[in-house]
Amino acid sequence: MTIRESSFDVVVLGGGPAGLAAAIAADKKGASVLLVEREKKLGGILKQCIHDGFGLVYFKERLTGPEYAQRFIDEFFSRNIAYRTQAFAVETARGAQGFSLLLQSAQGMERILSKTVVLACGCREKTSRQVFIHGDRPAGIFTAGTAQYYVNIMGCLPTKRCVILGSGDIGMIMARRLTLEGAQVEGVYEIKNSPAGLARNVSQCLEDFNIPLHLSSTVTKVTGVKRVESVEICAVDENFAPVEGTQRTVPCDALILSVGLLPENEVAEALGVEIDPATKGAVVDQTLMTSVPGVFSCGNALHVNDLVDYVTISGELAGACAAAYTGHARSQVCVRYDSSDFLYAVPQRYDTAAGGPFDLYFRVREECRNKRVAVEAPGLVKKTRKYLRLTPSEMEVLRIDPGEGIIDGDIRLSMLDAT
Amino acid sequence: MTCIVCPNGCRLTVTGTGENIQVEGALCKKGIDFAVNELTRPMRSLTSTVRTVFPDMPRLPVKTRGEIPKGNMLDAMKIIRRALVTERLKTGDVVIKDVFGTDIVATATM
Repeated sequence: MTIRESSFDVVVLGGGPAGLAAAIAADKKGASVLLVEREKKLGGILKQCIHDGFGLVYFKERLTGPEYAQRFIDEFFSRNIAYRTQAFAVETARGAQGFSLLLQSAQGMERILSKTVVLACGCREKTSRQVFIHGDRPAGIFTAGTAQYYVNIMGCLPTKRCVILGSGDIGMIMARRLTLEGAQVEGVYEIKNSPAGLARNVSQCLEDFNIPLHLSSTVTKVTGVKRVESVEICAVDENFAPVEGTQRTVPCDALILSVGLLPENEVAEALGVEIDPATKGAVVDQTLMTSVPGVFSCGNALHVNDLVDYVTISGELAGACAAAYTGHARSQVCVRYDSSDFLYAVPQRYDTAAGGPFDLYFRVREECRNKRVAVEAPGLVKKTRKYLRLTPSEMEVLRIDPGEGIIDGDIRLSMLDAT
Repeated sequence: MTCIVCPNGCRLTVTGTGENIQVEGALCKKGIDFAVNELTRPMRSLTSTVRTVFPDMPRLPVKTRGEIPKGNMLDAMKIIRRALVTERLKTGDVVIKDVFGTDIVATATM
């Protein structure tokens, strides 16, 4: 049997906001591009994010998810970029002349040879298997994203009365959405002492609809034979251990989880890409190239962003850098930070051979006030910025520009009290 | 109160009443306007979906073109839930006219 074979400069895996931006940017640079998407339609998770608030950074407009996606889908199609939908890379391997991918789709098998690969596979929700809850496993336990798919894409209401565990943005947005569709959201329970999502969502999704937010509390047990019948709620101490005697049983038919997102790295791992335990995504340099030359990572596959606008921006960077890839010898320095101050920083490396300015994204470990964040390196004029308030749920970005200078040593990110 | 205009989510402190409202904590003017409106006539944009006759896209996402009074959100939902889309629409097309002073428009292309 012969398998169809075609060659490209850049193959983008994922047709969500990161992949669309990467494909468009690579095409603008004159590269031959193929985009691979496993679903029938392009747009990724934005298709089901019907709420608004997207695009304020990138377009200076407030758009819904489908509207934001449509702008890039329209541009993608207007450029006649090659794509395969309902297609999946079942095998991705490094070859002598770049990469060899085996695609499976309704059209059969297809071999793709490419100089570079852009990983834009997005992230996945943590499921009940990744959260420790005692008790039964009946129907009615699902992630907020699954609930969102049921309601917004299929038009089904998957619960009449539910409990939401975790105060991530999708959880709060689904609390509002389910309430608007006539379901009763008994409450949102957050194990930490502060909400995980944005303050505006606490206000417009929960407070507007009188949905209670219970901090420092969690679900400790699920009861139900075929379907969820109730959950047990418990207060937790500062070490997240349940406080004896605070248990309370809440009757409900569903437990909806909004307990965090994890970058999707199946293909990255198959290619031997180094993963950062802090971001759970690839280790990249300022061109978003991973530890494997010619493999780039962007969007939520790289690290979980709080705004799609930044997903687009990183997709554009990865796509443009993949198109410009020459296979030059890299000379990397590390971005270093104290992990008691910072959760993570991206990029984790800086290629002094490629040089140039870059955006350094970071998240702090704990909420803090009146801090000064500094970035210093040999060959770089020290950059500092004062912050009145920093919180783990809000990603920060610093533009680092060595100007005429050449960074020739590790880059140090640090936090001090502002005086 | 928390400003909901953008993801910054400025924590606003509002003092005074009537003509003499003072707003502190806003990073931009939109936050001040938001606080004043919130105390006088709170408005919200609303997004939802409308049933369609098309099996490949059983729901069409929609939004209010402008904002509607906060207190009318559930009433607007009743109107949206009754609607049925019978022709292929594209982003920006009007789905339901004049719902609490604005139109319900499609936010996706079918």
